[in-house]
Amino acid sequence: MFKIIKQLTSVVAMFAMLFAFSTETMAAKKSKTLENTKKRGFVRCGVSQGLPGFSNADESGNWTGIDVDVCRAVAAATLGDATKVKFTPLSAKERFTALTSGEIDILSRNTTWTLSRDADIGLTFVGVNFYDGQGFMVRKGSGIASTSEFKNGTSVCTNLGTTTELNMRDFFDSKGISYEPVVFEKADEVVAAYDAGRCDTYTTDKSGLAAQRTKLSAPNDHVVLPETISKEPLGPVVRQGDSVWEDIVRWSLNTMIEAEEYGVDSSNADMMKTSNNPAIKRLVGAEGELGAAFGLDNEWNLRIIKQVGNYGESYKRNIADTGILPDRGPNELWTKGGILYVPPAR
Amino acid sequence: MNNIIKKFIPQILAILFVVLIFGFLTLNAQTNMDNRGIDFGFDFLSQESSFDVQFSLIEYSGSDSYSRAFLVGLLNTLLVSFISIIICTILGVIIGVARLSSNYLIKNSAACYVEFFRNIPLLLQIFFWYYAALRALPMPEKANAWFGVTYMTVKGYYIPAMVWENLNVFLYCGLAAIISIIVLRNYARKLRDTQGKQIPVFLYSVALLIVLPLLSFLFGGVSLGFELPELKKLSKISYIYEGGISLPPELIALVLALSLYTSTFVAECVRAGIEGVSKGQKEAAASVGLTPNQVLKLVIMPQALRIIIPPTTNQYLNLTKNSSLAAAIAYPDLVLVFAGTALMQTGKAIEIVSITMLTYLTISLTIAAIMNWYNKKIEIKEK
Repeated sequence: MFKIIKQLTSVVAMFAMLFAFSTETMAAKKSKTLENTKKRGFVRCGVSQGLPGFSNADESGNWTGIDVDVCRAVAAATLGDATKVKFTPLSAKERFTALTSGEIDILSRNTTWTLSRDADIGLTFVGVNFYDGQGFMVRKGSGIASTSEFKNGTSVCTNLGTTTELNMRDFFDSKGISYEPVVFEKADEVVAAYDAGRCDTYTTDKSGLAAQRTKLSAPNDHVVLPETISKEPLGPVVRQGDSVWEDIVRWSLNTMIEAEEYGVDSSNADMMKTSNNPAIKRLVGAEGELGAAFGLDNEWNLRIIKQVGNYGESYKRNIADTGILPDRGPNELWTKGGILYVPPAR
Repeated sequence: MNNIIKKFIPQILAILFVVLIFGFLTLNAQTNMDNRGIDFGFDFLSQESSFDVQFSLIEYSGSDSYSRAFLVGLLNTLLVSFISIIICTILGVIIGVARLSSNYLIKNSAACYVEFFRNIPLLLQIFFWYYAALRALPMPEKANAWFGVTYMTVKGYYIPAMVWENLNVFLYCGLAAIISIIVLRNYARKLRDTQGKQIPVFLYSVALLIVLPLLSFLFGGVSLGFELPELKKLSKISYIYEGGISLPPELIALVLALSLYTSTFVAECVRAGIEGVSKGQKEAAASVGLTPNQVLKLVIMPQALRIIIPPTTNQYLNLTKNSSLAAAIAYPDLVLVFAGTALMQTGKAIEIVSITMLTYLTISLTIAAIMNWYNKKIEIKEK
């Protein structure tokens, strides 16, 4: 009898250890995420399943896009190499669970910053890397030139699990128009359904519309309506509870934007070390001890600029040159009439 | 004493082990949720959902609560399962009997049907019907009328809606017809058992079912009108039918895929059941002078059903669970509405997923209970 109990305790102890191991990453200690990332040797980043300009993989599996560049910047800052990122494509439905369960450490997936997401579900938004708004795409031949021309019974294709679903209800309710929401899990399914004539209009963030339009069978037969029905500040998200990691991601993004502001880019970053402007010198790690606060060395920001580039370079490479949105609109620096404005790095 | 220990200790330990694991997992989840500042609770169910659903059997809008959104999803799941179960049963019985036909052509085309539809993954079949078959349909303005008043279009199948007056009188008459049929059947059985007389119960039943509701039209003030779907212009090139009932293409594709796929399994159950009745039974029944119809009805089927019911129950359960693939083609079932949109908007993953799991479990157990009751009813009663 005693022997059985003894055997059993060892079995229980073994199981307890097995499970305890899986909870190891979950304790809320200071910058545990950074430690684990360094140990692992790569940054775990959640991206979309394919949104040109934001996060999109080519045939050989190379990810590009401005959302991808945020993760690359963090990898450059923490690991010294912007290529050391493991990308996990996630649907809108899966993204938050993947982050809160610890499967990924940064969610950079054109995600709208809202109060309830920030406050409720264990997430922290660290900044905005694209100011967007929801719009509608219709067929050119329909003659619809404005959202005020929608009639009762309009069928609307969109994505599941997004703020889009809520915004369109607010919009159609306030206009008193009855509509038929057709909600798909994947963006490609929405495109296919809209293309086949299942829906009269396709609604999502305007940048998304511009990107998805390129996937339609005849992109030029479709037009995005001028109205914007919502504010969609898109940005990277981290798990709540690791404020150091949160700061690293926030300031990696801020560094890219501030670098553009001071005219520092991937080609001239090294030369800027001898600049006369102390703000620029701080930005390339030639003055001050900015990295120490995160437990990083002093050239973390220089590496971001050299390996990934500043925000303007990232935008041009991913969004402007690919013809998705050549005009930067609100995503221009505050000094040039846009609303990109980041706190000073000092 | 020793025997008792040997008998019970392993069982108690097993239970303890399961409890420990569950306890640990719960505790683990709780700690992790606390660490990340996620609250656990079901308060969200009474909050406003603020999203709309494409297709609903009950009144629903974004200002209703999440619990009502749950109900909408549940009813849509039940609707698609119910329709598909009925269609797959009818198809399955026909195909199953056809596979036993002595006609070479019928037998082999039934076999081809079964092998074709049961060997292609269901998700692919759903995609086929939705993306390939239904997409080839015309736009609303180009659709030809089927039966004069219904339109099959890429945006859905539009059928006339029935507009009733005094519907309740009609329903009472229908109910009265059903009750009188039950009474008639019992009377007929008594007559047969005591006096050996046979009366054509089936014919009388059909007559009752037609005549009684018909009388309600003549004397009960019941009237039935139809609201026809009419073409309406949305923009220069886009049209829609207004009025009548619109069945979304998502529902049609899902019902087609589910019922065609499951009917092959039901057909095999039916075939197995009929082949499982020994040949001697049929020959003996024929030799006592029963007509072929009576042989099938009184001798073969009662025995075959006992073999058919239990595996068919499994197929019904599979079908209901498979209906959750609806999310792939935007049919707003329980998974898409509740475990999809509602989960995303509230972030209550653990709560919503457990509610959804419990709901599927309940649906499955209910179907199993009904089928078990039916199985009990028809099983051999040994005297």
